Amino acid sequence: MTTAVAEERETYLNAGHGVKSWLLTKDHKRIGLLYLFTITFFFFIGGVFATLIRLELLSPHGNLVSSETYNKLFTMHGVVMVFFFLIPSIPATLGNFFLPLMIGARDLAFPRINLLSWYLLVIGGLFAIFAMVAGGVDTGWTFYTPYSTSYSNTWVIATALGIFVAGFSSILTGLNFIVTVHRMRCPGMTWFRMPLFVWAHYATALIQVLGTPVLAVTLVLVLCERMFHIGIFDPALGGDPVLFQHLFWFYSHPAVYIMILPAMGVISELVSTFSRKAIFGYGFVAFSSVAIAVLGFLVWGHHLFVSGQSLFAGMVFSFLSYFVAIPSAIKVFNWTATLYKGSISYATPMLYAFGFIGLFTIGGLTGLFVACLGIDVHVTDTYFVVAHFHYIMVGGAIMGYLGGLHYWWPKITGRMYPEGWAKLSALVIFLGFNLTFFPQFMLGYLGMPRRYHVYPDEFQVLHVLSTAGASVLAVGYLMPLIYFMWSLKYGAIAGRNPWKATGLEWQTDSPPPVHNFDEIPIVTREAYDYSGTVGQEVQVG
Amino acid sequence: MSFRLFPVEASSISAEVDQLLFFLLAVAAFFTVVIFAAILFFAIRYRRRSDNELPRPIHGSIPLEIVWSVIPFGLSMVMFTWGASVFFRERRPPDNALPIYVVAKQWMWKLQHPEGQREINELHIPVGRPVKLTMTSEDVIHSFFVPAFRTKQDVVPGRYTTTWFTAIKPGKYHLFCAEYCGNNHSGMGGWIYVMEPQDYEAWLSGGTPGATLAENGQKLFENLACANCHKSDGTGRCPDLTGLFGKDVKLADGSTVKADEGYIRESILRPEAKIVAGYQPSMPTFQGLVTEEGVLQLIEYVKSLGPNPGAGQAEGLAAPGSR
Amino acid sequence: MVSEPHVESLALREQFNSAEQQKDASSLGMWVFLITEVMFFGGAFAAYTVYRSIYPGVFGAASRTLNTTIGALNTAVLLCSSFTMVLAVRAGQLGRRKQIMAFLVLTLILGMVFLGVKGYEWNEKYVEHHIPGPSFQMEGPGLQDHAQLFFSLYFAMTGLHAMHMLVGAGLLSWLLYQTWRGKFSAAYYTPIDMVGLYWHFVDIIWIFLFPLLYLIDRHGH
Repeated sequence: MTTAVAEERETYLNAGHGVKSWLLTKDHKRIGLLYLFTITFFFFIGGVFATLIRLELLSPHGNLVSSETYNKLFTMHGVVMVFFFLIPSIPATLGNFFLPLMIGARDLAFPRINLLSWYLLVIGGLFAIFAMVAGGVDTGWTFYTPYSTSYSNTWVIATALGIFVAGFSSILTGLNFIVTVHRMRCPGMTWFRMPLFVWAHYATALIQVLGTPVLAVTLVLVLCERMFHIGIFDPALGGDPVLFQHLFWFYSHPAVYIMILPAMGVISELVSTFSRKAIFGYGFVAFSSVAIAVLGFLVWGHHLFVSGQSLFAGMVFSFLSYFVAIPSAIKVFNWTATLYKGSISYATPMLYAFGFIGLFTIGGLTGLFVACLGIDVHVTDTYFVVAHFHYIMVGGAIMGYLGGLHYWWPKITGRMYPEGWAKLSALVIFLGFNLTFFPQFMLGYLGMPRRYHVYPDEFQVLHVLSTAGASVLAVGYLMPLIYFMWSLKYGAIAGRNPWKATGLEWQTDSPPPVHNFDEIPIVTREAYDYSGTVGQEVQVG
Repeated sequence: MSFRLFPVEASSISAEVDQLLFFLLAVAAFFTVVIFAAILFFAIRYRRRSDNELPRPIHGSIPLEIVWSVIPFGLSMVMFTWGASVFFRERRPPDNALPIYVVAKQWMWKLQHPEGQREINELHIPVGRPVKLTMTSEDVIHSFFVPAFRTKQDVVPGRYTTTWFTAIKPGKYHLFCAEYCGNNHSGMGGWIYVMEPQDYEAWLSGGTPGATLAENGQKLFENLACANCHKSDGTGRCPDLTGLFGKDVKLADGSTVKADEGYIRESILRPEAKIVAGYQPSMPTFQGLVTEEGVLQLIEYVKSLGPNPGAGQAEGLAAPGSR
Repeated sequence: MVSEPHVESLALREQFNSAEQQKDASSLGMWVFLITEVMFFGGAFAAYTVYRSIYPGVFGAASRTLNTTIGALNTAVLLCSSFTMVLAVRAGQLGRRKQIMAFLVLTLILGMVFLGVKGYEWNEKYVEHHIPGPSFQMEGPGLQDHAQLFFSLYFAMTGLHAMHMLVGAGLLSWLLYQTWRGKFSAAYYTPIDMVGLYWHFVDIIWIFLFPLLYLIDRHGH
């Protein structure tokens, strides 16, 4: 490696100095890092709440905190993790950093709007933090009316405003991605030569743009109702509290796909790079992202099977929900098939990819349970649902996020992370995760309702197991925080393409120069064409 | 401390739900094993042996894509159909079900038997007999959840929701509130006591035998002076209520509506919402004057006004018929 | 179109390769933004539709209290403002600075007239005690309670619309300033074009609001 030369080179990191050069940057890479710091901060805040929840549930009698406090803990855990960590997680950090690089662009289409969207997230986050510090909020992250509008005595307005503002951050990011993918691709980068990461982000952006405004207007109505009591959701004045649930889930079900689709995009990159093979069924994987985005808008009513909606509506929503299962299944099968006769490396990102596929499979299959009317009546609002969505959001989205972070860390920082520690933490996270959430499936089927501070003794054994797992998981999450920081100074110099991967992002320096490419690349080949990146083609197996 | 891995099956629907669960578990286990095994096998079999390896690209296979789309889709349609049929039975109470009225509030369950017994956070029911719950909430949304019965139904303010079950095993089972409802949400639980029929009869006749629900409703009907307009001979300013329950009512705007619990509740609290054909919207609202429990008593009273073919049927009621 | 190289380089941002790519991107971005706006108002329209189907009579009666003449007049004012906006864009296309400014001012004035009339209408509601809340009063069976729902939605929707009008007015003022400074020419007038799109969108929202709020119960009366 020509280390000396690399250090003198101007990169996006050393192109400007001082706080101002970061806070006023229009460089998508720097903005990606601003997001990285922000969401890491929120992840550990949400993690602290989770830790307290699990500690409390060690004992059935609720003797660590009061019910009021407990209700605030799970509410703030949900609000922080969903709106301030998971939704911005992959798109706003890795997507922001790599989407332009992967399509050979110098930046996103609207760099100033990109910076604005980071500020919106921060402002929204400040509202949420204010609400937490001032006394917290206890409505659950779902804000169901009329509890949130007429009965809760906590900081609903500040929290909802925070989510409202953060929502516009998400909308603007989505808008930026859509325009960038349409208009900023470099010569030769046709739609079907785009990496699947880009396809996944395009699909995600569609949801952000179409779904988030509905959440925004719903929150406006909730705020009006809470401040002026004008009867929009209040049955006493003729309003319909269930209408809120329809509007809320119209956004919040697709929002699950905002969290998981980008992770699926990451996994496609990892599986290809570390088996050094084109993704099996590229077109199917690409279109399944779009299919999930579109179908995701038609299934919100499966959150309302026991809300009193009509039998007929329940059946239609159950029926449609099964359609979403198919594109998800297609992805899992295609990733698995990609491994066939590949050259499979066990680098840390690939371990995360294996973990993702496994956990997402379980999360997705249990989704079939909750989409099934007869079973959902029993398991909805129990720990079964809690376990199911944590398998998707933590087992899926966070595994994908961490996998992607390890994969691209050398590109972002120019340095390698310590492989041994990273492998260990991947293993710890996988084991800790399963120990935390698998018992919750059993708890749920036994009938343990969610959001319970005090619970019958017979559930304690499984709760203790879950808490034990959570403590393992917490260690697993702290390890990357430490060794990533360590690697900034002591990590090995990475070079342009440590994984011998194919994406355009690997053809520029690590870390990349301010304008990404010294010369705008011209693409002449399909995505994931490994011929030329390594030596001779050999028959494997 | 008791510990179990599987909940008791205490209602007629429990075993059905569990069978459905086992089917889904089998499918899920099959796919989990296949995926895990394939990943493990490929990962070991095709592990990278030298850093310069370049496997031959395989771009995909349409037949395979079709196979692994169609088979899961077929299985999922089986799940849907099976699940929907269980749900359908779960949601449609038989006509002979024992009616129980439930009013939920932060943070307690108030239950009334037609015989007049009132319970709080406890419900005594006979084994082997279908029980239908008609439920509403005084404040926020709650959810009536009995894990042993595999049944759950949200209880929504401003409207009635119903659920039903037939207990098949005497015993004491958990009742939970499953929809988050504020501070003491996790304390809003209770017990369902399933009793042998003779024990249930004994329980019913024990305690303080007050008036029945319908009798209480009648008292309320008189106190609120409802009879001044709702005259039983059909000559009042308002429709005669005799034999009303369960009939189709013709409305002023030409539509018809079935006179069920929800309709009667609405007519008491929001009388202007549906005007019976041939009548003026002259009835004042009783919102705030009568509690949710009172409304339920009035409904039970109207129900008790069985068919009265002798009296002139109020205009707007469907042709006389026996019920 | 003949492009003037020096103007192009002035307005071209560094992430773009050509003025055309930049214009395409801006235009697509604006359209996507307008789609988010459609979804935003769509949520409110959905709530309106649900409640109108639950309380058709009440909504009809409440709607009849609105002043159709003033509403229609305001609709006309807004349509005129859209027309003058089109003329402003056209002037931009031709690079006629004075015309741009004239039409922008006209559009701005018409927009302000609309808001003024809206304010007058809101004040009328206040005088008539039709503002939802404790002071709400409306005679008629069931109107006291449920007509509030209509007026809640009326104020929420016209309020959100007026807020969009205010943003539009701000954008028009900014355009005026930029035109005055000579920023635009036949080769670069994208901002005028984009604000035009926004202005028409806000106009279209009103075209939906007017019949839904004012005219639902006017047939046959």
